[in-house]
Amino acid sequence: MSWETVIGLEVHVQVNTKSKQFCGCSTEFGAEPNTQTCPVCLGMPGQLPVLNIEAARKTVLTGLAINADINLISKFDRKNYFYPDLPKGYQITQFPLPIVEHGYLDIPVNDGEKRIGVTRIHMEEDAGKSMHEGLDGVSHIDLNRSGVPLMEIVSEPDMANADEAIAYLKQLHQLVCFLDVSGANMEKGQFRCDANVSVRRSGEPLGTRTEMKNMNSFRFIKQAIEYEVNRQIEIIENGGAVVQESRLWDSVKNESRSMRSKEEAHDYRYFPEPDLPPLRFTQDEVDAIRAGMPELPGQLRKRFETEFGLSPYDADVLTQTRESAAWYESLAAAHPADPKRCANWMINELLGRLNEAGKELAESPVSSQRLAGLLERVGDHTISGKAAKDVLDIMMESDDDADTIIETKGLKQVSDTGAIDAIIVDVMAANPGQVEGYRGGKDKLLGFFVGQVMKASRGKANPGMVNQRLKALLKG
Amino acid sequence: MPFSTLSKIKDRLDAGATTAVAVAKTYLDRIAAFNGDLNAFVDIDPAHVLEQAEASDAYRTKHGARALEGLPIAIKDIFCTQDGPTRCCSHILKDFHAPYDAHVITKLKEAGAVLVGKTNMDEFAMGSSTETSAFGPCHNPWDIERIPGGSSGGSASAVAAALVPAALGTDTGGSIRQPASVCGITGLKPTYGRVSRRGIIAFASSLDQAGPMTRTVKDAAMIAAAMSGHDSMDSTSVPDAPAVDWLGACDKTGMKGLRIGKPKEYFVDGMDTGVRAAIDAALAECEALGAEIVDISLPHTDAAVAAYYVIAPSEASANLSRYDAVRFGHRCDNPDDLLDMYTRSRDEGFGKEVKRRILTGTFALSSGYYDAYYIKAQQVRTLIRQDFINAFAQVDVIATPTSPITAFKLGEKTADPLTMYLSDIFTIALNLAGLPGLSQPCGFVDGLPVGLQWIAPAWREDVILGAASAYEAATDWVKAPINFGGEA
Amino acid sequence: MMDIDIRKVAMLSRIRLTDDEAAELGPQLSNIIGYVEQLGAVDTDGVEPIAHPHDIAMPQRLDVVTNVNRREALQAPAPQTESGLYVVPKVIE
Repeated sequence: MSWETVIGLEVHVQVNTKSKQFCGCSTEFGAEPNTQTCPVCLGMPGQLPVLNIEAARKTVLTGLAINADINLISKFDRKNYFYPDLPKGYQITQFPLPIVEHGYLDIPVNDGEKRIGVTRIHMEEDAGKSMHEGLDGVSHIDLNRSGVPLMEIVSEPDMANADEAIAYLKQLHQLVCFLDVSGANMEKGQFRCDANVSVRRSGEPLGTRTEMKNMNSFRFIKQAIEYEVNRQIEIIENGGAVVQESRLWDSVKNESRSMRSKEEAHDYRYFPEPDLPPLRFTQDEVDAIRAGMPELPGQLRKRFETEFGLSPYDADVLTQTRESAAWYESLAAAHPADPKRCANWMINELLGRLNEAGKELAESPVSSQRLAGLLERVGDHTISGKAAKDVLDIMMESDDDADTIIETKGLKQVSDTGAIDAIIVDVMAANPGQVEGYRGGKDKLLGFFVGQVMKASRGKANPGMVNQRLKALLKG
Repeated sequence: MPFSTLSKIKDRLDAGATTAVAVAKTYLDRIAAFNGDLNAFVDIDPAHVLEQAEASDAYRTKHGARALEGLPIAIKDIFCTQDGPTRCCSHILKDFHAPYDAHVITKLKEAGAVLVGKTNMDEFAMGSSTETSAFGPCHNPWDIERIPGGSSGGSASAVAAALVPAALGTDTGGSIRQPASVCGITGLKPTYGRVSRRGIIAFASSLDQAGPMTRTVKDAAMIAAAMSGHDSMDSTSVPDAPAVDWLGACDKTGMKGLRIGKPKEYFVDGMDTGVRAAIDAALAECEALGAEIVDISLPHTDAAVAAYYVIAPSEASANLSRYDAVRFGHRCDNPDDLLDMYTRSRDEGFGKEVKRRILTGTFALSSGYYDAYYIKAQQVRTLIRQDFINAFAQVDVIATPTSPITAFKLGEKTADPLTMYLSDIFTIALNLAGLPGLSQPCGFVDGLPVGLQWIAPAWREDVILGAASAYEAATDWVKAPINFGGEA
Repeated sequence: MMDIDIRKVAMLSRIRLTDDEAAELGPQLSNIIGYVEQLGAVDTDGVEPIAHPHDIAMPQRLDVVTNVNRREALQAPAPQTESGLYVVPKVIE
């Protein structure tokens, strides 16, 4: 009998506000330890939370982008547990009544799309950081991150394998970037994923799930899920039972281990946060947030296909990030004659060269305006496509514009009928037999003549024009 | 002069008949003389008090007087102050100096008040007798073998014995009104949300409210006016709270047309007969002043104490989790590991009553019990609030005894926590409903003061102040204890 | 009277209890819980639970950084720090 895997994901996304969820401390990453703390986020006696409304708005925006219901009244709760990086001994979160419920994301799968349900998105505050490495018998606590706003995005258990889980995560990651609600930098912990994994034999009820934690890259998440699926199947096939527990992924050893120590006697004792009244939005406020929603990747992709006539593949590549879509749009605006040429050059030439140089699009030495200048010259046949690639190489290393490079390197192609005709006449005179053959019906010889003319012009003749004039003159 | 009211001291200061320094010295001398008997203050820094008084006199000379210019006010040890320790009368905060002032403290400073020491209290405000203080019990100036009430017992004792003319307290289930009652002074608990809670060490967040403890109603109004106001850093501080003419409300002399509700649930068997007689006499006096006494019912009164002893400990159990020996507070010596640090520090730092409340709250919130206790208590809270709404459709104000008994003896109720809890029976309901309440002296039983409690609809402190002022003007129950300089 | 696992509750509360304390507090807790069980007799069918005394609006704080670094003052009450970090016995994950 075959095995089925059931995966649900809990993603903690850091909301990219300037100040923390409940106090006016900075959220800037990488500051000296405990320099971005105050009595509120240190949980000092008598200190009280005041909600950062921007964090709430960004959470609503995210909810709207996944077609979810926005709860016009949502409530905050306390989740109680002791941990040295949790200053108050409770985390302010939302439990029975979160701000967002019942959304979905459509993810690409082999045979089209699959709809993954999003159960809820709730607002909460992050904890600080505990550091143990290289310390003897003690841990160090940095509370700069304490109180940084998070949204926890909880999916339905709708994913059937690691690939679907990754596709969902990438889709979600792309979405929060497009919405500008999160930096979503996984290395900085701004996009963190826990995976609930269980297996069952086809047709049987859901198996016991385990929660996989500490996976800070898409690659590790895939490895961890696959490892866990195999581990669970092995346990069951050997007659054992899966224990419900949290497991920590060790990316060095490529294995997970139980976190039972942390599970000990868990009882979070959620109850309504008495320091915060219910959070209310009016429908008008929600509509205003919706009106400010940027174009989402799917919409952008479709527009690129219809407005610019791009292939689905090109449109997809160019809409991977907000930056690349914007870059493309600015390129296409500066070279409106041929949006497809813009796409080809950006994808195949520019991104390729940047990739080789290990650079991001934002760091491109060639601006969209400069690239458009080059494409203008390709369009008006001033230079050949081949020569243009050489010009782009030079542009990557210099600040000169295309025209200057074409001029100084003498790359201008010959588009003057008289000059081309003169070369053709010479070539025909030198190859009377081939002329005879062509005129006798051997059309394939045209290619030979093109080659000869291009060679004689040292590659500068405009190939289209050479073709056209050859056909005319060879007719006799 | 020591038993003078705050407003009279203010008049003398404004008239140039005395100075803030002279006033401060008078009370510092009394504290030095009598605090040994009462243990009302757990911290006093005379030099710092005089510094503030000197600064106040200088301010007056230069800029004129502010609302509380030069008036000495004692502070319950629950208010965070940058000056001196803030310990909430707990070992767990025995070395704590707050790096900030409570919002209320800032407001009093801005009004020119001279802040005098820290007063004794039940540890973390959990108690009704000031016997759970880590700094030893406080005594009632009317009989030092008796409790001053609690949790703001130190403030009540200090004001009653005129160690200071006024003090701040906090009230979660009666902690201003009950000690005011048993010490024979006036205590006002404002409407929840009227006064910022920021910088006041939290006991039960949805119930706590700070207020003044004074000799007279007008004195309470003066301080309440300065304390109240919106604080953008307390999300439960109400920004558009209906304004009150605090001092104007105290000008009432009669009670013509006032409908006073007398809830039958507050006049039951088991009440001290002397207390009962004093309250009956007070209500008769009100009638004589022109009020109409209306029999009303607050049917869920019996359930209030039970609901309170679920909600308050539940909130407290979470509020007190921050005392974890990491960022501040007591840490045990040489912890074996993290768990040992937590459990031993908290065992050593918290007293028995605090532990009882934390454990009660933890249990009530724990898995399997939450619905039966916490949710149920919140539903009962709704019913109690509704009881008051229904009652205030019939009457303007409600009058009850503040406490069913007068001050009991130290140690009398410590053995049985539940009996102690039941002494709050008349004060708790209005905290659950967030309403304002005031206790004022209305007689004596065997030389011990009895308190009359007034309850008004939310934001209608003016109604309370009006009724209490009229009663105060018509009677003479604001007395001074003989052993502390009062007249026989 | 309800039998409460006082040890478990104490562990959740992170309070060490000596045997004597457990013996004293256990029955007291049962007594208190026994008292509050009278809530069960109140008819609350269809009654909305309330967590706050007034139905007020959530204040809205704008997203502005207002706090400056006060680490030294804020860490002054800490039992143990090192180079600006709070120090605790080793946290085992």
